[in-house]
Amino acid sequence: MKAKAITLNVNGRRHQVTLFPNVTLLEALRDLNYTDVKNGCEKGDCGACAVELNGRIINSCLVLAWQADGARILTNAGLGTMESPHPLQEAFADAGAVQCGYCTSGMIIAAKALLDENPNPSETEIREAISGNLCRCTGYSQIINAVQMTAEKMMQQKAQE
Amino acid sequence: MTAKGKALPRLDLPPLRQVGRPLRRVDALGKAVGTTVYAGDFTMPDMLHAKVFRSSEPSAHIKQLNVNKARALPGVACVLTADDLPDGKLITDMPGQTGQERRKESDAPVLAARGVRFVGEPIALVAAETLAIAEQALKLIEIEYEVLPGVFDPLEAIKPGAPIIHKPDNIVASWKIRKGNAEAGLAAADLIVENTFRVPFIDHAYIEPEAGVAWMDDQDVINIRVCTQVVEHFRSIAQAVGVPHNKVHVRGTMIGGGFGGKEDITVEIFLALLTKETRRPVRLAYTREESILAHSKRHPFIITHRTGVKNNGRITGAKINMISDSGAYPYLSPYVLLYATVTSCGPYRIDNLTVDSVSVATNNPFASAFRGFGGAQAAVAYEQQMDEMAKALAMDPLELRKINYLKTGDFNAIGQQIKSAIWLEEEATQALAALGKKESVSDDAIKIGQGFATTMQSYGRIMWFHDTSRSWVGIEQDGTIVVRCGAPDLGAGQANSLCLIAAEVLGVSLTDVTFYNSDSAVTPLAGTTTATRQLYMSGNATLKAAKMVREVLLDRAAQHFREKPNNLDLADNKVFIKSDPQQWLSLADLSKMCAVDGLKLQHLALFAAPFADKLNPENLQGDIFPDFTFSAHAIEVAVDTKTGEITVLKSVGCHDVGRAINPIAVEGQIQGGSAQGIGYALMEEVQVRDGVTRTPSLSEFLIPTAKDLPTTRAIILESGTGVGPFGAKGIGEPALTPAAPAVANAVANAIGVRIHNLPLTPERVLAALDRAKRG
Ligand code: FES
Ligand code: FES
Repeated sequence: MKAKAITLNVNGRRHQVTLFPNVTLLEALRDLNYTDVKNGCEKGDCGACAVELNGRIINSCLVLAWQADGARILTNAGLGTMESPHPLQEAFADAGAVQCGYCTSGMIIAAKALLDENPNPSETEIREAISGNLCRCTGYSQIINAVQMTAEKMMQQKAQE
Repeated sequence: MTAKGKALPRLDLPPLRQVGRPLRRVDALGKAVGTTVYAGDFTMPDMLHAKVFRSSEPSAHIKQLNVNKARALPGVACVLTADDLPDGKLITDMPGQTGQERRKESDAPVLAARGVRFVGEPIALVAAETLAIAEQALKLIEIEYEVLPGVFDPLEAIKPGAPIIHKPDNIVASWKIRKGNAEAGLAAADLIVENTFRVPFIDHAYIEPEAGVAWMDDQDVINIRVCTQVVEHFRSIAQAVGVPHNKVHVRGTMIGGGFGGKEDITVEIFLALLTKETRRPVRLAYTREESILAHSKRHPFIITHRTGVKNNGRITGAKINMISDSGAYPYLSPYVLLYATVTSCGPYRIDNLTVDSVSVATNNPFASAFRGFGGAQAAVAYEQQMDEMAKALAMDPLELRKINYLKTGDFNAIGQQIKSAIWLEEEATQALAALGKKESVSDDAIKIGQGFATTMQSYGRIMWFHDTSRSWVGIEQDGTIVVRCGAPDLGAGQANSLCLIAAEVLGVSLTDVTFYNSDSAVTPLAGTTTATRQLYMSGNATLKAAKMVREVLLDRAAQHFREKPNNLDLADNKVFIKSDPQQWLSLADLSKMCAVDGLKLQHLALFAAPFADKLNPENLQGDIFPDFTFSAHAIEVAVDTKTGEITVLKSVGCHDVGRAINPIAVEGQIQGGSAQGIGYALMEEVQVRDGVTRTPSLSEFLIPTAKDLPTTRAIILESGTGVGPFGAKGIGEPALTPAAPAVANAVANAIGVRIHNLPLTPERVLAALDRAKRG
């Protein structure tokens, strides 16, 4: 097994890294200090490591870094900041959807993936969309509220434009 | 959504400006944008990576342990075994922590020396330049076991001749309640109902596995950055490592969920030993599998109720027997058993009561704290027993409960008088009303059932622990506020509540408060974030400290306005004359005036819970807890009698929280706690066969996903009678306790038969239906 130089485009930044083929995207991202991408199981069971890869949501623990060579990667921290949060991040904070916060980054990525496809999801559709993301704190209801609040807000904004 | 209580006897609560409003938590945005740094996210220059070598045998003598090859592996910085340690034990019996209840000689060793007692018991530690090298080193450790007979069932473990796990016998704790005359009570009954209920091992399954980083500093202090519910473990860590108490500094991080699983020491001692040995920073993060093997579990219990009742529904007497499986080491088993014993008969007045409880050592994973702390297991039994009695009497389950509920001023099972509000009847009525009519279904194979449970759960610690908390509040010269309090934040909003209390008292908005918490050396020690105690204890300490600052501010402002301090108030970042609010001064200017005068604008306050002496374990009569939260939960289920599958259709939790400091957070506790209760009832079980955990992942140990739950409606009542700040009671643990028995009662209502063991799996449902059919 030889290491290979690859390019990871994360949240609009380019990183050149030399990695062995067995390094997961999760490990690579965390090593690059994208620590908003969480490790909850490394087996695809919890969704805490979810990121967008070329616009599609994936569990980064199940993808090898080599497979992401050259791809566009978006993590929750790439969506917004404390000064200018993404509407989902804002809604999560306001709705009580954040308790311990460990599931939150993955949840927001899952919620974004849903809203990108379906700007006005039903409760059932939201539950379906986040069912791969475990949360042990909230019982999910306030997370669902946050997604609904965001959908409404984004639709209103669209209507005004 | 939140509903307020109707037509309830309300105390006059003080007018509050921020407490009770649904404000954004101070920690929420940082977590939402991914800025919050958790224990596993820290790295340091020159850092080593650690791994733990663990036992693969549940019961064995270690004949030989050879770590030479691992030590010789290039890149390995050190390998430690029990031989290298100062006879370290995991001792947490410290004054103010717990009450010296543990039996001598049964504490867990830091690393196993001569033998192992459970699969996953730590034996050796490795620190290496990379994680891959550390993992490789584990494979080079050679161990030879002499397998010994083990015991995996507490009922077997108490039989004569069973293998003894800790001398002199396997009973690691026992408690008794003796109240009135249970024999006579049972003899006076018209009907006696007896049932045995069982609950399994449960994993906390916080999404953040245990992690930490440790390093030595220029004072030779061992610094440990870790996710823990208890920064005060620094003393136990120091003792285990063999350094003075003031040479360990625990820097708690925001915690990715705890629920009791990060109450006992996890990675801390390992990190301390390795950094002390190598004098380099060391990181240790558990994988999910290791987390499930390494940390405590919720105790399995076997609980038998024998209850006598009159035809009119009045309970005349009861005998209750409880056996819990402590696993290989006792940890907090004696106290978990105590909680279960104290609440064994639920929120009911039973004057003739006998309870016998034991906690039994086995070669299973060790059990310790888990949200509910014995109270949850007790409730699963007593609330199902109430429904079974109602059924036997052909009485409405709520009617039967109403006849027997404790009332304010009554004495509970241990003879402790309950002084706060007991609104069980109201809670149950509201929860059932919110549930509404049963859904109707056309499919005959689907049976709909409704059930509820009403429970009591203490908040605050056992009074003989002599619990205290400290908090520091200061105002800056621009009028902003700083709160410093050692309370760890598990994610339930502990830090936010403290900030909110300070904001309320000092008349600033929540965004004007910054907090520092969870540090054993830098923030005032506030005790554990366990036992639903932080709002009560540190909330009261913060309230006290904030009031001290307020007094200084008002005195100085009184001079300025030539008014009495009583005629002034603080709000909107101003001090003003109540009768003439146009006359005001900004808090910034006021605090500058105070600074010029050299006044004390920072105050440290200590809050002490009421202390009591230890009770006689042979009868347990006296005061044990500061207060209790009384709760109801109602559930509607659909049971598919063809597949045995259960769907929760509706869920309502109704709790008197005394005072909702932050209603969104209270709702979140009720929804999140009940989700854990519903999981407990329907799917969660750490399966252990002959000491081996068969479910070491989140695809085997299943917790509810978003698709497994309906939205739990939270009905928040506020009696204002709690002993917390502004009359608050605790909600962290009480949120969970009634949900599981409510589900069990709903399922029994749906299918007409009782399943006595949790979880209520499809197989058990089908088997129960089968039994019922065969009569
Ligand atoms: S860490 Fe990737 S799914 Fe859990
Ligand atoms: S907020 Fe804690 S796991 Fe979701």
